[in-house]
Amino acid sequence: MSSPLVEVQDLNVRFVTRESTAHAVNGVTFSVQPGEVLCILGESGSGKSVTLRALMRLLPANKARISGSIKVDGQDVLALDAAGLSRLRGGLVSMIFQEPMTALDPVYTIGDQIVETIRRHKGGTKAAARARALELLELVKIPSAAQRLDNYPHELSGGLRQRAMIAMALSCGPRLLLADEPTTALDATVQIQVLILLRKLQADLGMGTIFVTHDLGVASEIADRIAVMYAGRIIEEGPVADILANPLHPYTRGLMASTVHGQSRDRDIDAIPGSPPDLRQLPPGCAFAPRCAQASGDCLTAPPEPRYPAPGRMARCVQVSAKTPEFA
Amino acid sequence: MSNAMTLPQHPAKEQAAPKQRGYWGSVLYRLRYDPVTVFFGCVVLAIILAAIFAPVLAPFDPYKESIIGRLKPMGWKGHLLGTDELGRDLLSRLLYGGQVSLLMGVVPVAIATVIGGTLGVIGGFGGRRVNTAIMRTMDVFYAFPSVLLAVAISGAMGGGAANGMIALSMVFTPAMCRVAETATAQVKNLDFVEAARATGAGTLTILRYHILGNVLGPVFIYASSLVSVGILLASGLSFLGLGVKPPTADWGLMLSTLRQSIYINPAICALPGVAILIASVSFNLLSDGIRSAMDVRL
Amino acid sequence: MENLSDRGGPAQPLLIAKDLRKHFKVKGGAPGATVRAVDGVSFTIHKGETLGIVGESGCGKSTLARLLLHLIEPDSGELVFDGDPVGEMRGISVNALRRQVQMVFQDSASSLNPRMPVRDSIAFGPHVHGKTKAESSRIARDVLVKVGLKPDLFGPRYPHELSGGQKQRVNIARALAIEPRMVILDEAVSALDKSVEAQVLNLLRALKENFNLTYLFISHDLSVVRYISDRVLVMYLGAVVELGPVNEIFSRPKHPYTVALLASRPSMDPANRIEEPPLTGDPPSPIDPPSGCRFRTRCQFAETVCAEVQPVLGQWNDRDSHIAACHMRDPASGHSRATEVN
Repeated sequence: MSSPLVEVQDLNVRFVTRESTAHAVNGVTFSVQPGEVLCILGESGSGKSVTLRALMRLLPANKARISGSIKVDGQDVLALDAAGLSRLRGGLVSMIFQEPMTALDPVYTIGDQIVETIRRHKGGTKAAARARALELLELVKIPSAAQRLDNYPHELSGGLRQRAMIAMALSCGPRLLLADEPTTALDATVQIQVLILLRKLQADLGMGTIFVTHDLGVASEIADRIAVMYAGRIIEEGPVADILANPLHPYTRGLMASTVHGQSRDRDIDAIPGSPPDLRQLPPGCAFAPRCAQASGDCLTAPPEPRYPAPGRMARCVQVSAKTPEFA
Repeated sequence: MSNAMTLPQHPAKEQAAPKQRGYWGSVLYRLRYDPVTVFFGCVVLAIILAAIFAPVLAPFDPYKESIIGRLKPMGWKGHLLGTDELGRDLLSRLLYGGQVSLLMGVVPVAIATVIGGTLGVIGGFGGRRVNTAIMRTMDVFYAFPSVLLAVAISGAMGGGAANGMIALSMVFTPAMCRVAETATAQVKNLDFVEAARATGAGTLTILRYHILGNVLGPVFIYASSLVSVGILLASGLSFLGLGVKPPTADWGLMLSTLRQSIYINPAICALPGVAILIASVSFNLLSDGIRSAMDVRL
Repeated sequence: MENLSDRGGPAQPLLIAKDLRKHFKVKGGAPGATVRAVDGVSFTIHKGETLGIVGESGCGKSTLARLLLHLIEPDSGELVFDGDPVGEMRGISVNALRRQVQMVFQDSASSLNPRMPVRDSIAFGPHVHGKTKAESSRIARDVLVKVGLKPDLFGPRYPHELSGGQKQRVNIARALAIEPRMVILDEAVSALDKSVEAQVLNLLRALKENFNLTYLFISHDLSVVRYISDRVLVMYLGAVVELGPVNEIFSRPKHPYTVALLASRPSMDPANRIEEPPLTGDPPSPIDPPSGCRFRTRCQFAETVCAEVQPVLGQWNDRDSHIAACHMRDPASGHSRATEVN
């Protein structure tokens, strides 16, 4: 097996304020192979976006306490100095966001922003960078790309803005693409276009990708593997087809049952009762136990250890029968 | 409606409610943990108490002159802070002067808050014409630098404490109005106001229940920051002879009359200035602290 | 409150909207540029049914909801509520309409007054309609129970102390507090997490049955609309493109836009992923929309006639009729596919 592109070991992120401490990420461990798409699936407050931002050290340093280890392409991200960090960001790793309107600078044209990014990381003449910017806009299938280079972000429609942001993220040939709900704010007919585009680009360029989403449908369109997060922990992980066909953790099962998708109109949806726990006062045991119909006494004492019931599958639930741990 | 209705059950073990403090409770809670604000809050409190209890605290009659005891240094014959150019006890005069200076700082702000705030809420909530009429009128006042405007108005009306306060009120009203107008216009477009309209509530009801509560916060914060400006401007007017008349004790006026003696006893002459500085800075920092404590997105 | 019960009888539609229109001037735009937010929309809602409205951003569905309550004044058009024209001498006043039709907004930071405990927010409506303070707070307690929140635990809380799902339950409680006959749900579950969305959908269904409510359910999420609606209205750039019973729309869509919308839903099957996007590009701006059929710029079947003539939505005969505004559905239109599709 080739060495993984991303290796995260026992990542913990706490947000400390005077009044309380929020345990946003609790002991997250995962890896991503080169060219692989990992979807981190979770609801609001599950810690999925925080995990993604930790990979690029984008969390506010004065509030976020990070521990554990993050290795991207062999580099220890948590040990990088400012110069190393800025080489990492936009060079080796780039990120696309949910709302391009806030991620793009409103006072520069799309072209200027891409040219600036290219020259900061790769140097070269302005003309060469501009030619590359044009290539990129064509790569992300922006119609009449040459004119669009001189547009400001607000002059583009939502779908085109998202494409422009993807072009910018690709400008320095990243080996790892981080995507934070990049299609959530888009209309349905545009969302599927951007998803298909991302899938093709990812395959053509061979980037490792971590794609954060709350939407099972989106994950089913793009993921190779899915990691389901709940209350700051990865509670289930596995290949996308296996998870969709045979979810192991009660939370994953509940999430799939409550995702409205052609249910009978005469019956109630099998909703998960209650709401996610307060990250400032997590229960000592399994964080899902208070909402879980199958919870027993064992669930309340300590968070369940990961179990590996089949090759490539992991679930943190006492109900899942454990086989021999698989060596990654 | 019967109790037999079937509702989806959710055995959700409700989490213990977060500590219920209410809005002002949470503001106080945050304030308590802000040492700078607490300190300057105490200073402000001390200044106010000193002014109120000046008759009790003052060691001498602030108006009793003495030909031989003029401009004496600190500690001379029991005069802790020395005496002024007419031989009056400076500590007593500073304490009594605080009464006038604080009054001149606070009253105009209060008047401006009521008048400007009301106009601003009307302007913000009313239609475009009402808004234009009110705000353009305010802009006319806004066009002049505040000091110049205060001097011009109180100069035109003649000096005196009352006229000085009227002048300052007129200076503060447009700014207050603008703050209230902005806050109102923001709240007016929020979903919960639309929801209130959808229940059939009239304008006045919506103003009372939904707008005022959300506008008072910013208005109050701004008013508290104006107090320090008010103290400064009031002292300035008195210094120029447009505020209170001698022999009334007032920090600005004291600074003005002591000015001629600056080469004889500079430390004494600086004292009223120090008082103005401390009062103004303390009010300012207290208001900053209150603002950051109140400025939480709920 | 006076008797607000059924006046027109079961056959009288609860709400009829006729040719509603609202154009907004574009601030700072070219002179004369207008956003045609809602451009001639007509439909009926029958008593006890749920009418779903779907469409993408900018299609005018939220403006339409506000026109129905006169929160935005329509430029033209007519509303008839249970047989009574709204805002006319012989009909009912806007205020009387607002007592019978309530609205639930998308859960957002601003959907509840941040300075008010939620029980006061709920009691506000009844109080406005003349109940005493005591009665209003009793009603607030009752409706909190109905939406599944313990009044003693949740009533005194402020909005920031509630989760998204709890806030949305409070928003529903606020709407129910004045006992409306119809509730407009404007993206009411869109901002919620899936597991919470399911809870709220179940709640909405139960409330509808228990209190004989009629819903207008606005959403961009087709799956949710399919689950909750009896009939569906599809909007595109301010106009209705298709209207029909939910099963008809989802199994036999007639308008190419509806077809594309349905095909844009993720497959939920990694083995059969969508390979080609059903539509290219974004919806055009509602400022000066395309001539003729508004969808023609993205429609693979567009022909000359589509640019020249605006297709009309057929007449509905009864509540089961399924109609679409497309030249391909009209044999007389001159569209080359007009005959073969039918």
